[in-house]
Amino acid sequence: MSKEKFTTLKSTAVPLAIENIDTDQIIPARFLKATTREGFGENLFRDWRYDADGNPKADFVLNNTTYSGKILVAGKNFGCGSSREHAAWAIYDGGFRVVISSFFADIFKNNALNNALLPVQVSDTFLKKIFQFIEKNPSTIITVDLTKQQVVLEDGSSESFDINAYKKTCLMNGYDDIDYLISLRDDIKQFELTH
Amino acid sequence: MSQTAKTLFDKIWDAHVVRQSEGYPDVLYIDRHFIHEVTSPQAFDGLRKRGIKVFNTSRTTATADHNVPTKDQHLPIKEALSRHQVETLRKNCAEFGVNLYDLGHPFQGIVHIIGPELGLTLPGMTIVCGDSHTSTHGAFGNIAFGIGTSEVEQVLATQCVLQYKPKRMKIEINGKLGKGVLAKDIILYIISKISASGATGYFVEYAGDTIRNLSMEARMTICNMSIEMGARGGLIAPDETTFNYIKGRQFAPKGEQFDRLVEQWRHLKSDDGAEFDEVLKYDAADIAPMITYGTNPGMGIKVTDRIPTLNELKDISEHTSFSKSLEYMGLEPGAQLLGRKVDYVFIGSCTNARIEDLRLVAQMVKGKKKAPDVEVWVVPGSKQVEQQARQEGLDKIFEEAGFELRGPGCSACLGMNEDKIPAGKYCISTSNRNFEGRQGPKSRTFLASPLSAAAAAITGKVTDVRELV
Ligand code: SF4
Repeated sequence: MSKEKFTTLKSTAVPLAIENIDTDQIIPARFLKATTREGFGENLFRDWRYDADGNPKADFVLNNTTYSGKILVAGKNFGCGSSREHAAWAIYDGGFRVVISSFFADIFKNNALNNALLPVQVSDTFLKKIFQFIEKNPSTIITVDLTKQQVVLEDGSSESFDINAYKKTCLMNGYDDIDYLISLRDDIKQFELTH
Repeated sequence: MSQTAKTLFDKIWDAHVVRQSEGYPDVLYIDRHFIHEVTSPQAFDGLRKRGIKVFNTSRTTATADHNVPTKDQHLPIKEALSRHQVETLRKNCAEFGVNLYDLGHPFQGIVHIIGPELGLTLPGMTIVCGDSHTSTHGAFGNIAFGIGTSEVEQVLATQCVLQYKPKRMKIEINGKLGKGVLAKDIILYIISKISASGATGYFVEYAGDTIRNLSMEARMTICNMSIEMGARGGLIAPDETTFNYIKGRQFAPKGEQFDRLVEQWRHLKSDDGAEFDEVLKYDAADIAPMITYGTNPGMGIKVTDRIPTLNELKDISEHTSFSKSLEYMGLEPGAQLLGRKVDYVFIGSCTNARIEDLRLVAQMVKGKKKAPDVEVWVVPGSKQVEQQARQEGLDKIFEEAGFELRGPGCSACLGMNEDKIPAGKYCISTSNRNFEGRQGPKSRTFLASPLSAAAAAITGKVTDVRELV
């Protein structure tokens, strides 16, 4: 089943300058009870976004209309903790296509890549610069170019990011890992016999 | 190439690679796949949409653990969404021919407790589950790691996952552990040293004589929390302790086959001179009973230490997170945790809910009573652990102490079932995560060992367990 294709994204961004954001914050456990992949965006950052009575908390960035866009910029070690893929689904469903941070937890990175959500890892210095740009001008446009593997800011400054060649091809073409694996089922059967 | 010294991790990995091609991740064959109700429904849906079957049902085992109530388990689950998720698992397992240890089954329990307990977890295997604490199984000398739901679908469909080989780290601990210091303290100590992201990108091998001298259950506690420092997993080379634990278990190989396997398993160790990308060494004598004060497992201190002040933080960039975290916990920088009142004590989870944990707790509380305004939940990791505890009369000891022994499940480890810690309350917990809201919205968690938790149950306060043993 093919996914949305990704090449270049130009967008404003939402800044979330907090480190070690774990997947329990991205989507709390009590919202993991759905049996489909859709609808998790509603509860994205639920306990930071709403108080106990369900009223939006004014001081949380997702409730601040100054900031919007398809890019989430977050502090280092983003996505640590639970392996719940629901975290990637919630971010995607919440309207984001890219997360920029200076460090990602492993499982989250995999989960994001498997769901057409691009994790972009930049240096601590460049991350700081992005936060400054957004702070100065919330409508600043950030360009994430997957083809060139580059993040470009409005002053023309840029930084390149790493992505595995295979994952890059998958994202650019909307391929799915599972299609590739299914094409190998005979080889796997063979392996199983001698394993 | 085969002449070069290899790490245990590399030996197992290499033996499971179905295909390796330039520019592609490795196609890794999976020997054992555990599933539970939370991370599997969308994966089964995927199979249905593609019209394919489970590739090898004999390698897949399911149980219900995250959503289950720990009281009145014979009744239908009250909460509609939880019930729906467990019923969906039931339906999916029936439709696809997957073996399920459902609520009420004598083998039901937390997925990472029942695998080892049933002899399904063996040395040299590759093991995955849609759950980050799959690292627990590594205690038997195998490669075990958590995966996302898309990957669960991959394994169901092909018995393989696409993976890049992580780097290897060795953590060596030598020396004798002090009084009252348990495996949980070892791992909380390590994480406090290297932080919640210190091992990201690595697979860890734990070694050294301190680890060698631990029981299997203690080794599982250590491997369980590998993910809390960012590692994909952790493993410990198998030895006599491992073989003795496996022998005679329900699904473990038997008789001659077992003996033959043990001979093979003996070779499962890192060769002398095998290279690790990173090696860390610690002295067991430096480890004391530990406790966390913040909202990630790296925020741990010796129970007698003070919470650091902003100035004492190693990393300036963490100031905001640190302050936010202490505010959430209702704690002051530089304050002492010792003597602070606790409201709840939770003894449970895949980290510390095995029979040895319950025995240690029972030993400490025998003949004593809990402090009056503390609520204490003892939640066994599996039905078998519960049975065993009852057979040994531990239930009586708990009852006399005013502890509540419940039915098996994930319980208050995560706020997904009925067992939640109320907002603002402090819980000393033997689980593995102290994230904001992990044990229920606005709950506050102190992670500690089962002995430290038991001590707090008796005194009603954060206590240095060494004063009681
Ligand atoms: S006990 Fe806690 S950590 Fe372990 S599997 Fe259950 S929810 Fe996850």
